[in-house]
This record gives sequence, C-alpha cells and structure tokens, in this order.
Amino acid sequence: MPILEVNNIKKFFGHNEILKGISFSLEQGEVVSIIGSSGSGKTTLLRCLNFLEFAEEGTVCVKGEEIYNGKSNSKISENEIRKKRLHFGLVFQSFNLFPQYNVLKNITLAPELMKTDTPEKIEKKARELIERVGLSERINHYPCELSGGQQQRVAIARALALNPDILCFDEPTSALDPELTGEVLKVIKELKNTGCTMIVVTHEMEFAKNVSDKIIFMADGVIEEMGPPEQIFENPQSEKTKAFLSKSLEKI
Amino acid sequence: MEKFISVTLELSKGFGMTLKIFALTLLFALPLGLIISFGSMSKFKPLRWLTKTFVWIIRGTPLMLQLIIIYYGPGLIFELDLLERFTAVMVAFVINYSCYFSEIFRGGIEAVPKGQYEAGQVLGMTKTQIFFKVILLQVIKKIVPPMSNEVITLVKDTSLARIIAVYEVIWNAQNYIKLEGLIWPLFYTGAFYLAFSGILTLIFNKIENKMNYFRS
Ligand SMILES: Nc1ncnc2c1ncn2[C@@H]1O[C@H](COP(=O)(O)OP(=O)(O)O)[C@@H](O)[C@H]1O
Ligand SMILES: [Mg+2]
Repeated sequence: MPILEVNNIKKFFGHNEILKGISFSLEQGEVVSIIGSSGSGKTTLLRCLNFLEFAEEGTVCVKGEEIYNGKSNSKISENEIRKKRLHFGLVFQSFNLFPQYNVLKNITLAPELMKTDTPEKIEKKARELIERVGLSERINHYPCELSGGQQQRVAIARALALNPDILCFDEPTSALDPELTGEVLKVIKELKNTGCTMIVVTHEMEFAKNVSDKIIFMADGVIEEMGPPEQIFENPQSEKTKAFLSKSLEKI
Repeated sequence: MEKFISVTLELSKGFGMTLKIFALTLLFALPLGLIISFGSMSKFKPLRWLTKTFVWIIRGTPLMLQLIIIYYGPGLIFELDLLERFTAVMVAFVINYSCYFSEIFRGGIEAVPKGQYEAGQVLGMTKTQIFFKVILLQVIKKIVPPMSNEVITLVKDTSLARIIAVYEVIWNAQNYIKLEGLIWPLFYTGAFYLAFSGILTLIFNKIENKMNYFRS
C-alpha cells in the first residue's frame, strides 16, 4: 500500500485554477522530486499537502486513510487540521527558524508544547538530530549566528523531530549561496538512506537525478510528465518537458 | 536656600500630577491600543475602515484641541454637565495615546514575516501557542524603539493638561512668576522633566539591550 496517495487535487485562487487535478502516489521510503518552471504550482501543491492552503477538490490519503477531502474541507476543525498536518513536515525555502530561540530550542519547542514525550527524551532526540545534520557545535547558537546552509539544516532537524510520515522540501537550497547548497543536499541524501519518505521541490537537476526514485514535472498546474529519473532526464516524452530541461541545462 | 526647598516641594506636588497622568495613560492606553490595532488589521472591512478613520482623525488633530473638545464639548453640544477636569484629561490622553500605540503595535505585528506563523502551523502548534511562543517576543523587539519615543513624548505632553486647568508642574511654576515675580522655578521644572525622561531612556535602553541576542 502506498504511504501517500494524492488524488485529483484542484486549487483555485479566486477564479484562477492553480492546480488542475494533481494525482500521484508515493511508496514508503521513496523520494520524489518535483521540477518545473516558476509559477507552475509546485509550492501551492506542497502547501495543500501541509494544509497551509485548502484544495477545493481532491483527496489525500496517508497509509490508506483518507485524511483530506476537498468536498468536506469546510467542516474540519482547527484541531483536526493540526493533527492531520503532523503526517507531513515542511522545510521552507527561507528556513523560517524562530529567531529568539537557539538551535536546540528551535527543535524542541513544538514537541515540548505538544508533550509528545518527556522533556528529557525530547531533548535527547533533538541532540541526536542535531548531530545527524552535523551541527553539534552550534547547538546553543541563535539563527542569526548561523549561515544559511546551517539554518536550513536546523530547519530539517526541526521538521524531523515530529516524526512526519512524509517530509516536504520547498526549494530548500534556492535561498542559499551556491557554495552552501552542497551541505544541505548531502543531509537530504542521507535522509533517503535512512528510509525517510520525501517530496522535494528543486531546481537542482543533478541532485534530483541522483536521489529521486521518481520525478514529477509540473507545468501550468498539471503534472505534465512523471516517471523514473532516467526516463524524464534521458528520454522525456512531452515537448514541454524537453523545453524545460534544455532551458535549465542552458543555465549551467 | 529655604526658598529653594519650598519651591522644590511645591513643584514636586505639581509633578505628582504629571506622573499620575503619565502612569494612568499608559495603564489604559496600552491595552486599548492593542485592541485598536487588532481592529485596524481586521479582515472585516467595515471594522478596519472605521478603526483606521478614527485613528487618522485622532492622530491628525492636536491633542490640545481634543482636550478642549472633550472638556467643553458635552456641555456646549448636548448641554450635559461638564466632565470633571481630571477625568476629561484622562479620557483625552487615553484616546489619543491608544491611537498612537495602536499604530506602533500594528507596525510591529505586521513586521513579523508570515513564514513565522506558517512554521508554527506546520509544526502543529495552536494559534495561541504561535502567538505567545513565537510571535510576541519578535513584536516586542520591534516596538521597543518607537514605544520609547512615544512614551517620552507623553511625559512632555502631560503639560497640556493645564489648558483645562488641571494643575501640573508648569502651572505651579508660572504661579511663582505671577505672584512673586520669580522666573527660575519655571526653568527648574525642566530639570524634573529631564530627570524623568532620562530614567525612562535608561530603562528602554536596558530592555533593548536585553533583546539584542537575536535578530529577526
Ligand atoms: N496566495 C495566493 N493568491 C493568489 N495567487 C497565488 C497565491 N499563491 C500562489 N499564487 C499563484 O499561483 C501560481 C503558482 O504559484 P506557486 O505554487 O508558488 O508556483 P511555483 O512554486 O511552482 O513557482 C502563481 O501564478 C502564483 O501567482
Ligand atoms: Mg515555489
């Protein structure tokens, strides 16, 4: 059974249909990369999965259980949404760490508020996560004392602290200087090796090719093409995919 | 020397009134300002429009005019009894300052990036938790400098109370000119203001430094 099934998601902003029926599924431990030009709806899709936006139509199932249905979205209470959100984690393009807390507290804050565990165990786990993203020396630093790459690694650890079933990344390296993207991509790669199920929106084609089990190419609110990386990158079927890929290769 | 002491005592009494206006204005105008700022950020358009117009009127006219209208207005327009002088002063000051404070609060709240709320949301926090654990301190950090300006302006604005004959420190000092031909007590009041605003400046600097450890 797939861990995630997204079925016919449609999202409107006013009269503009931004997502025009998105469907895909994901097996446990799979990594899917979403590529596509800016404005194609990639961010909106991740925001719908994390319930920062609410799709007007479509369903989302996690481990076979329907957690969202656009038909009945007005009936869900704030509390239910909060619970369902926890199936997903989201790492933002701009990190969004809490500036007034140090690295450790950024990670422990949410679990402590939710009382997922005893404070000691929450802290122990946070320390392990910090080690995993290679920031043990910075554990007491504040976000303003960290580089962008370090901040993004903290943000990843913060999302992992809540054990999401599926971790989403929205262009995790786009706000970084080129020399800092590597350290973040490396962390994501390592997560894949530990069996973490991930959806990564990215412009890093090399990375997408190497890490993903599946590539989704989005254009104008639809999935234009989807398949294993070899197929999408070596043998794209759609004209739009070909045009996009040749353009993004040009840039390099 | 004896004169100096008696003047000091007399002026202190007047400055007591100044402090009273100052403290009571802060006590009422700070929470009221927060409520008004919520009104001016409301998603409900008519409420937002109404609040913003009100704030515009209050900030766009002199406090002195507002004092006079609040004190004499009810009598002249509706033939009601006049408010007690001190009550009128408090009403005018609280309304005026809550509008200024509301703009400071609004500025501070709107300056916190949307991503901070969203980060809290995707981490499963409740709205209340997000406000108190994530947003509030960032807002406070943003509003301390403009607040410090406004509060020091309030110290000096208290002298406007005398326009409807609420006797504060400058009025006391002027009596010495009228009754005894002494000019120096008037200058002496300046020392009271300076000392008080000096203390406030120190306090605000301390708060600002306390929050220097992070940057939004
Ligand atoms: N809150 C919003 N209100 C109105 N339009 C929006 C909003 N968010 C995104 N859009 C529009 O939706 C489209 C897709 O945006 P987005 O999902 O950010 O694309 P991508 O992440 O692929 O660049 C864009 O045309 C954008 O202008
Ligand atoms: Mg985007």
